[in-house]
Amino acid sequence: MSATTITPQLTLDVSGTKPVPFARLVKVETRKMYDTRAGFWLLAAIAAITLVIITIFFFAAKPEEQTFFNFLGVTATPQGFLLPVLGILLITSEWGQRTTLTTFALNPKRGRVIWAKVCAALLFGLGAIVIAVGLAALATLIAGQPGGWDNVGLDDFGKFGLLQIMGIIGGLAFGLIFLNSAAAIVISFVVPIAFSIVASLWGALEKAAPWVDLGTSQPPLYSGDSLSGEQWAQLGTSSLIWIVLPFLAGLWRVMRAEVK
Amino acid sequence: MITVEGLTRSYGDFIAVDNVSFACKPGTVTGFLGPNGAGKTTTMRIMVGLTSPSRGTVTIGGLKYADIPNPGRHVGVLLDASAQHAGRTGREILTIGAQTMGLRKSRVDEMLALVSLSDKEAGRRVRNYSLGMRQRLGIAHALLGDPSVLILDEPANGLDPAGIRWMRGLLRGYAERGGTVLLSSHLLNEVELIADEIVMIGRGRIVAQGTPQELMQTTGTFVRAAENDVLARALSENGLAATPVGDGFRVDADALQIGKITAAAQIPLIELRPADGGLEDLFLELTSDTQRESFEGAVA
Repeated sequence: MSATTITPQLTLDVSGTKPVPFARLVKVETRKMYDTRAGFWLLAAIAAITLVIITIFFFAAKPEEQTFFNFLGVTATPQGFLLPVLGILLITSEWGQRTTLTTFALNPKRGRVIWAKVCAALLFGLGAIVIAVGLAALATLIAGQPGGWDNVGLDDFGKFGLLQIMGIIGGLAFGLIFLNSAAAIVISFVVPIAFSIVASLWGALEKAAPWVDLGTSQPPLYSGDSLSGEQWAQLGTSSLIWIVLPFLAGLWRVMRAEVK
Repeated sequence: MITVEGLTRSYGDFIAVDNVSFACKPGTVTGFLGPNGAGKTTTMRIMVGLTSPSRGTVTIGGLKYADIPNPGRHVGVLLDASAQHAGRTGREILTIGAQTMGLRKSRVDEMLALVSLSDKEAGRRVRNYSLGMRQRLGIAHALLGDPSVLILDEPANGLDPAGIRWMRGLLRGYAERGGTVLLSSHLLNEVELIADEIVMIGRGRIVAQGTPQELMQTTGTFVRAAENDVLARALSENGLAATPVGDGFRVDADALQIGKITAAAQIPLIELRPADGGLEDLFLELTSDTQRESFEGAVA
């Protein structure tokens, strides 16, 4: 029909096509977290609960307890619950809705997608930390207690950040292994509880707990004390067991999985 | 443009795709035809790297899919229109795709207009879409990056008759501009109408391939005259066996050959056309041992 018939090409000319830059992948993965209702409300819930818990503590705590550290400390627990869920959903919402079919067709190098998700997760984790620190600082200012800012060092922000980042990467790891929201969320919460029950019944395990149980090795990160070399080592081994190894196993699974 | 060579995929003992080879040329629509579960989808998933083959290779324009930079710009893929996040709007899904491929934003509106999804529909969440709307969205997504190759799995599923005609026109035009289209279907009529080349698959194996005309030739020609006995005599004198079918004959010869004979014998014809059933008989026959339903005394 048209006068300009294109001569059939048997090979693709890809010389002018650049690969998708990694930063763009991170941007897209970040967007995917907040462009659905579930994702949006989870993010909103993290911010809202952080605000609520600080407000409650503000009114409930005795004046001498209204320090920056305590304010920041109370945000650690609810955020510690919700950030792993965020990490899990970043992975499993794609599998549950089968959008991986599109995602991996557009990015056949699956590893890059997963790393982009890791970066997106870290950005959200950073956001949660900034909100927690900001609100804690605000509450401390309003309380205006003498000694409210005592013992606050840069390393404390680092330790608090590390704690939340560990949670979110741990969530990603469980998401990658199970590729199913319900299973990943339940197991990531039940296994540590089961572990502490078993440990309390079995003395030998209780002794080893700081080395193998995040629930035992992590509290020093938000207690305000500095960690001993041994405590850092315990944090390292327990993270290896519950975060690094699951992440690698999950990554291996996703790289090989048939996407349906 | 798409070259499939010796492709095999097995799951344990089950062989889903068995030594499949075919090629799709630029400027043509290739219909990938087969009953449900014949291995069409598995073959297509292997093409775009979502499933790994047990043996064999697929190249697109001489490249492995994984080696194509920003593949969305070269190969448009629609494997399952329902595999979209139900909580995203149609527009958001296209926006994510456009952002991944690095396209300008206006491309999303262009594609929505192309597949006739209104602004209002594009703003609805996909969970509220009909299957037909999802197909349109999926086709829009496949065309986003202005690719030169299209791989579409059952794109007509869920479209209404007008929608199917629209899609036919769209893909025809796309092929005429030099594009390569591979589309799968389990519906023969659909493929017959649109495809330049047909690849028929059953139980993981290719059972026939060629142009619709080539495949039809094997079924013979139907011919009918006012004086059928004269016609039968003329045919047999020329060494052609005529099988009575209805009020005419089925002859294993092409229409031109029969036309020449009857013209020479001055027999006025009422009908001269490809024999009834055509591709459908062929399709059922070729895939008979791969069907779930059995016909005419086949042992169940």
